Amino acid sequence: MTTAPVTPSPARAATPSSGPGAGLQRRTSALAARVGLLGGLGAALVVACLLAAATGQFHIPVSEVVGSVLHRAGLDLGPLPTHPQAENNLWNVRFPRVVMAALVGAALASAGALMQGVFGNPLAEPGVVGVSSGAAVAAAVVIVFSLDFAGTWTIAVCAFLGGLATTLLVYVMARDNGRTEVVTLVLTGIAVNAVASAGLAFLLFLGNTAAREEIVFWTLGSMNGSRWPEVQVVVPLVVVGLVASLLLARQLDLLALGDRAARHVGVDVERLRLVAIVVVAVLTAAGVAFCGVIAFVGLVVPHLIRMVAGPGHRMLVPASALGGATLLVVADLWARTAIAYADLPIGMLTSLVGGPFFFWLLRRTRRTAGGWA
Amino acid sequence: MSATSRTTDRGLVARGVTVTVDGTTILGGVDLTVLPGEVVVLVGPNGAGKSTLLGALTGDLEPTSGSVELDGVPVASYRARDLARRRAVLLQQQRLAFGFRAREVVEMGRAPWHRAPEAEDDLRMIAEAEARADVAHLAERLYPTLSGGEQARVSFARVLAQGTRLLLLDEPTAALDLQHQEALLRVAVQEAREGSAVVVVLHDLSLAAAYADRVCVLAHGAVRATGTPREVLTPALLSEVYHHPVDVVEHAGHLLVVPVRGPASAPPAPSSPLPKEDSCPV
Repeated sequence: MTTAPVTPSPARAATPSSGPGAGLQRRTSALAARVGLLGGLGAALVVACLLAAATGQFHIPVSEVVGSVLHRAGLDLGPLPTHPQAENNLWNVRFPRVVMAALVGAALASAGALMQGVFGNPLAEPGVVGVSSGAAVAAAVVIVFSLDFAGTWTIAVCAFLGGLATTLLVYVMARDNGRTEVVTLVLTGIAVNAVASAGLAFLLFLGNTAAREEIVFWTLGSMNGSRWPEVQVVVPLVVVGLVASLLLARQLDLLALGDRAARHVGVDVERLRLVAIVVVAVLTAAGVAFCGVIAFVGLVVPHLIRMVAGPGHRMLVPASALGGATLLVVADLWARTAIAYADLPIGMLTSLVGGPFFFWLLRRTRRTAGGWA
Repeated sequence: MSATSRTTDRGLVARGVTVTVDGTTILGGVDLTVLPGEVVVLVGPNGAGKSTLLGALTGDLEPTSGSVELDGVPVASYRARDLARRRAVLLQQQRLAFGFRAREVVEMGRAPWHRAPEAEDDLRMIAEAEARADVAHLAERLYPTLSGGEQARVSFARVLAQGTRLLLLDEPTAALDLQHQEALLRVAVQEAREGSAVVVVLHDLSLAAAYADRVCVLAHGAVRATGTPREVLTPALLSEVYHHPVDVVEHAGHLLVVPVRGPASAPPAPSSPLPKEDSCPV
C-alpha cells in the first residue's frame, strides 16, 4: 500500500531518468539517500540514548554520561560523573535499561516489517498472527510454575518456543493446497489469539499473588528491571534476527507481486514464508521475553519508514530497526519520567498511540487502491 | 534474448493433462506442444479451462494426472529459480501489495538472474523491456497510481525483462487500448521469431487470427481443435463452441471474427441455431 507522498521525499528523490547516464545518477542519488536516512536515524538513536541515560530521578549531565562511556572504553576524555552515586547508577540501572529499550524496539519494528512483507499487508503484525500471545502464554507458564531449567534464558527460550509453536500452528491451519491465503491466516490468528488469552487468564487464576502481579505487569509491558544478564540474552537473539531479516529482504520485495507472480520470478514462496516466520518468532521472543507485550511498534514504525523511503525491504528493515530502537528509548524515557516516582507501563503508552493509528491506517487502507492484498 | 538462451530448447509439452477439483473435471486429458519460435494462442468460452491449463503449464497447479515438461524435464521438478530462468508468466491480474515504483516492478523481473553472470545485462534488459512495453515514461510513477492498462504494460515489461525463452501470457490485452493491444502482440510475435515459445490466452478472436501461428480452441476442458488460424477459426466450429452464431470474414488479408447480430434497433434473435454458411468478404 502506502500512497504517493505528494512531494518527493529526500530518500526517494530520484530524478526521472531519460538518458543512459541517468540510470547511474539515479543509483548514486538513491544510495546517498539511503546512507542519509540510516545515518540520520542512527544519530537520532545515539542522541536519544544519551538523553535517556542523563535523565532520571537525579540528573547526570550528558557530558558526564559521554565521559563515563569514553573512560570505560579506555579513552581518557571528558568529565567523569561528579555525583558519588552517578557512575554506579549509570552502569547498573540506566544503561542496561536504555540498551534493552533500544534492542526491544529494533526487534519489534523489524519483526513487524518482516511480517508485513510476508503477508503483503501493511496491517500484519506479530500480535495479529499470534506470535506475541503465544510467547506471552509460554512466558506466563514460566512465571507461574517458577521454571528455571536454563537460568536467565528460561523465559526467553519458552517465549520463543511458545511464539514459534503458535505461529506454526496458525500457518499450518491457514495453509491449504500449498499456499496461504492472507484472509484465512489473519482470521486463524484471531482464533488463536482468543485461545491464548484464555490460557493467560487461566494462568493468572492459577498463580499466587506474586506471580499474578508479575504477569499483569508483564502483559502491560515494561522496561523496569532490565539488567545486564537479561540484555545478554536479548542481544544474540536480536543480532541473529536482524541479520536473517536483511538476508531475506530482497526476496520479500518480490512477495509484493503476490504468491503466484513471486513464484514466477523464482521465489520459493513457501520456504521463504517458513524461514521468515521463524525469524519473526526469534525477534518477537527477544522483544517479549523480559519486557512483556509492547504492541503496535511493529505497525507504526515500518509504516512511517515506508512513507519516507518506499517499500523496498533492503531499506525498510534496517531503517525500521533503527527507528523502532529510537522510538522505544524515547517512549521508555517518557514512561519513567512523565509522573515523578512512578514507572508507567510502556506497553500502555504504545497502545495509546498505536491503537488510533491502527484505526487511521485501517480506514486509509480501505480507501486506497491495492490496500488489501 | 540471445544472452540468456539455454542449451536445450525442446519447448513445452503437455500430455494428457487432467485437473479435477472437488469431483468436477476442469481439464480432461489436454495435449499441447509449444515449440520455440511459435506463438500459440489459447481461445475458448468462459470456463473452458484456459486459465487452468495455463496454471498447469506454469507449474503453479499440479495436474491430477498427466504431465507438463519444459525442455524435457517435468515442470514440477524444477527449482523455483531455475524455472524462473526459463519461463516468464503474465497473470490476468497484476496485484502489488506495496507502493513500489514502476521501475522497481520491472527490475523484479531480473530477480532470477541475481548473482548470475546474466545480471550484467540487467540495466540493458530493463531499458529494452520498458521501451518495448512503452512504459519508459512511467518508470518513476508509483505502480498503484497507474491505470489498469498502464499496470498491465508495466507487468508485461517485467515479464520481458526476465529474458526467458518461454512466455506464458494470460489475457495480456484485456486492459489495453487498441494501440497497445496490437503493440503487445507484435512484441510477442517478435519474441517468437527470435526463438522464444509464446503461449497467449486471448478472448479477441480477430487478434488471435492476426497474431497466432497456431490457435488452440478449448471447450469444456478439452481441446476442440488445434491448427493455423485459417484451419481452426471457421464459422461452424466457433458457432458451436461459443453457442452463438459467428461469422468469419476476410479483410485486407486478415481474418476478422465477428458475432452475428440482429438489426441494430432490435434485440438479437434469442438463439438462431445455425451460423450463416456463406462468409462473404466485405
